[in-house]
Amino acid sequence: MKMENKNAYNRRSFLKSSVIAGGGMMLSFSWFSSAKAAEKVAELNLAEQWSELAAYIKITPDNVIKILVPNPEFGQNVMTSLPMMVAEELDCDWKNVVVEMSTHDNVKYGPQFTGGSNSIRMYWKPLRNAGAAARQMLVEAAAQTWGVPASEITTKAGVLSHSSGKTAKYGEMAAKAATIAVPKDVKLKSPKDFSIVRNSKKNTEGEKVVTGKPLFGIDYKVDGMLIAMIQHPPAFGKKLKSFDATAAKKMSGIKDIFSFKLYDEGFEQAGFDTSTFNEMVAIVGNSTWEVMNARKKIVFQWENAPEVKNVINGWGGRKTEQISPAGLESSKSQMVKMQEMAKKPAKEIRKDGDPETAFKNAATVIERTYNAPFLAHNTMEPMNFFAHVQADKALVAGPLQAPGWMEPTLAKILNLPAEKIEIQMTRMGGGFGRRAYAQYVYEAARISQRVKAPVKLIYSREDDMNYGIYRPMYTATYRAALDANKNLIGFHVTGGGIPENPVHANRFPAGAVDNYLADGWEIPSNITIGAFRAPRSNFNAAAEQSFLDELAEAMGKDPIEMRLEMLKRAKEKPVGKNNEYDAARYIGVLELLKEKSGWGKPENAGKKRGVAAYFCHASYAGHVVDMVIRDGQPYVESVTSAVDCGVVVNPDAARNMVQGAVVDGIGNSFYGALTHKDGAAEQSNFHNYRMIRHNEAPKKIDVHFVENDIDPTGLGEPPFPPVFGAVANALFKTTGKRHYNQPFLAEQPKS
Amino acid sequence: MSKYTLKINGKTQQVDVDPSTPILWVLRDHLNMPGTKFGCGMAQCGACTVHLDGSAVRSCSLPVSAVGKSAITTIEGLSANATHPVQKAWLEHDVAQCGYCQSGQIMSAAALLKDNPNPTDEDIDNYMSGNICRCGTYLRIKEAIKAAAKK
Repeated sequence: MKMENKNAYNRRSFLKSSVIAGGGMMLSFSWFSSAKAAEKVAELNLAEQWSELAAYIKITPDNVIKILVPNPEFGQNVMTSLPMMVAEELDCDWKNVVVEMSTHDNVKYGPQFTGGSNSIRMYWKPLRNAGAAARQMLVEAAAQTWGVPASEITTKAGVLSHSSGKTAKYGEMAAKAATIAVPKDVKLKSPKDFSIVRNSKKNTEGEKVVTGKPLFGIDYKVDGMLIAMIQHPPAFGKKLKSFDATAAKKMSGIKDIFSFKLYDEGFEQAGFDTSTFNEMVAIVGNSTWEVMNARKKIVFQWENAPEVKNVINGWGGRKTEQISPAGLESSKSQMVKMQEMAKKPAKEIRKDGDPETAFKNAATVIERTYNAPFLAHNTMEPMNFFAHVQADKALVAGPLQAPGWMEPTLAKILNLPAEKIEIQMTRMGGGFGRRAYAQYVYEAARISQRVKAPVKLIYSREDDMNYGIYRPMYTATYRAALDANKNLIGFHVTGGGIPENPVHANRFPAGAVDNYLADGWEIPSNITIGAFRAPRSNFNAAAEQSFLDELAEAMGKDPIEMRLEMLKRAKEKPVGKNNEYDAARYIGVLELLKEKSGWGKPENAGKKRGVAAYFCHASYAGHVVDMVIRDGQPYVESVTSAVDCGVVVNPDAARNMVQGAVVDGIGNSFYGALTHKDGAAEQSNFHNYRMIRHNEAPKKIDVHFVENDIDPTGLGEPPFPPVFGAVANALFKTTGKRHYNQPFLAEQPKS
Repeated sequence: MSKYTLKINGKTQQVDVDPSTPILWVLRDHLNMPGTKFGCGMAQCGACTVHLDGSAVRSCSLPVSAVGKSAITTIEGLSANATHPVQKAWLEHDVAQCGYCQSGQIMSAAALLKDNPNPTDEDIDNYMSGNICRCGTYLRIKEAIKAAAKK
């Protein structure tokens, strides 16, 4: 299998050039990423060999420049921004660029992973290097053709020029360029010379989106394709006992109804194979409506499941045993369990100075506890996948964030070598982390293998919401020790969750307080959890940033000034080691936010404002939220946002992303909650899982970026977490009441 | 199973399906028109919005047997080449993120502007609140609708 054979990789950087049919140029590239990028990759726990990257540029004689995009698109704009990076260094005319999603090949194209706000970061250098190398080869081709030194040739917008008056379009030189040795070293442009990057470009798939072209996995169709749906157990902690499909099988359009197991006995799962339910019932038929109706006619018997032990085969061959306990969990009893657990001693994660003594000597101790529920991702496109499994090969196609992570498991399940499995990545109707967990791909493949036909598996909205991979349930207690002069002398955060501890121990305010303690605990659960836009951060930013607001109040300080003072301390004389953040960039974002929001200005004195800023995915983001009471309900009317994500590749799309993160943050902090009763989700569709809608979105969201030439850092996730904190703080100003429990406007519509 | 003759995007189409089949699935599964999207199946998200005699309806909850002689317009039939003012405004404002909900948003917006060529912000909020956008592009949708209204 490809991914397990480390020796199959050439560790040297290389570029390869070849002539394409019809006489153009194709440049493939692949190399080991820089040390810095490798660090980031390690942080994500990616397999080491995935830091090799590759992609293609093709230039045809008629001057069409095709750029393949390695990473799947889920709304983060990579189908536009990644090609912009290639085009910038290639120095071509953006109008001639054609963009296409690449096929899946982790050897050729690198990690191909959409998540962790990592697409631009991961490909920033490699894609620009490729563009620059191709440009240099085109220059050399022109130099040879014209008999002039390469140093005298300039390029602009896809045209090669020499002072003698000779000019040629790239397409004219492409075939010759393909025969030239690939340069070993290329010089990249200085950011001040960028003409494509930093200049907003429209979404390359925009026209297909607005005309309803089949872009998404759910639109995938081949002749003879059957539709499948799955009945999973109706509650976490239940399993299939028996079913009677006699009546359903006789219904029109139904081909087969059968139960199947996802993993065979003793199967060692990979880290993202998350699945509680191993046995389920598939309903396969000609059309979606027929399958939906047949499912309703099946009589199911469920029984309580025992404790399940799964062996998880993690990165680097690290095996762990994961226990999925027996029992039917309810949100109310889970909350009680968390409160009991919080009283017990927790596992220390980081300690600086002597926090025990600081708290003992404190004149004042402030202690607050914050809670947050499970959240469902609720991507607008429900989970679905196409699979056509044959005896000696398989094709799977659909929406998927991490094709490389699921390929080894799929190969094992189907007992096919990875080379015989073709994975096509479609545009995704949202991901937010959910589509990094590919058990729905395995389900589709199992069904296709059984019915020996091409099959598209579709989840209903109810399936999607009730068999989710949720944002975990979290709690955290923050404590601050103040001396008699209201100076902060000690800080303690203890966090816990079901089933994951949320604490990021090395983030601010670690590094800014002499006596600091972070600890945590976890409670195992059979409810499946996973990454949800800015995992853990999306809870921590809410809790910590609310707490800092209360702390500033107790210290008699302005909330921004207090943060700036603490950050100044962290910048000038940091406490402890391993502080993850760059205090100077954090300060920069807060200062930009202060300026752009007119914080503290007399004209804003009457506004009910909340502020929060947070660091994650190597970027810094903050918001000032202005809240009013409208029709008796708190309403976020306008927002000012400041972000430092280094170089902003596609500014208008980046603003769109930040605005979306603000709306998403308001929605989830106000309304988001997935609760359980006896293992079953209490919300099933959008009538009882409240999503933010048009009339609840702010009227205005002003987005500002810190201007610098730092290599890009993350953007999809960083603006999301601080929204929760800013909303919480504005709620206090608006209602006079601190909100400690999410969702802040807890009244859910009744089902 | 029953035979239905439907008028869709100016063409006559025949299907043989169960009378309860929603128009959404008739379009997607039987007529190979996947532009209309499945989101919730209970008229709560608007991803499946089409026009029935010019009015916006949620096709996931509209059985084929209820259509009769009414004309259906889908995103594929809104214009020949993304030339409808709403589509143009969507491109101009680069509205889409993931894009999945946008055909439904566009169909709702086009119906709104047909009834109310100069909607206020409140009109837009009221009309569009049946269409969920999980990526949170609501501000741009509103800007695009206002821009299209001026055309």
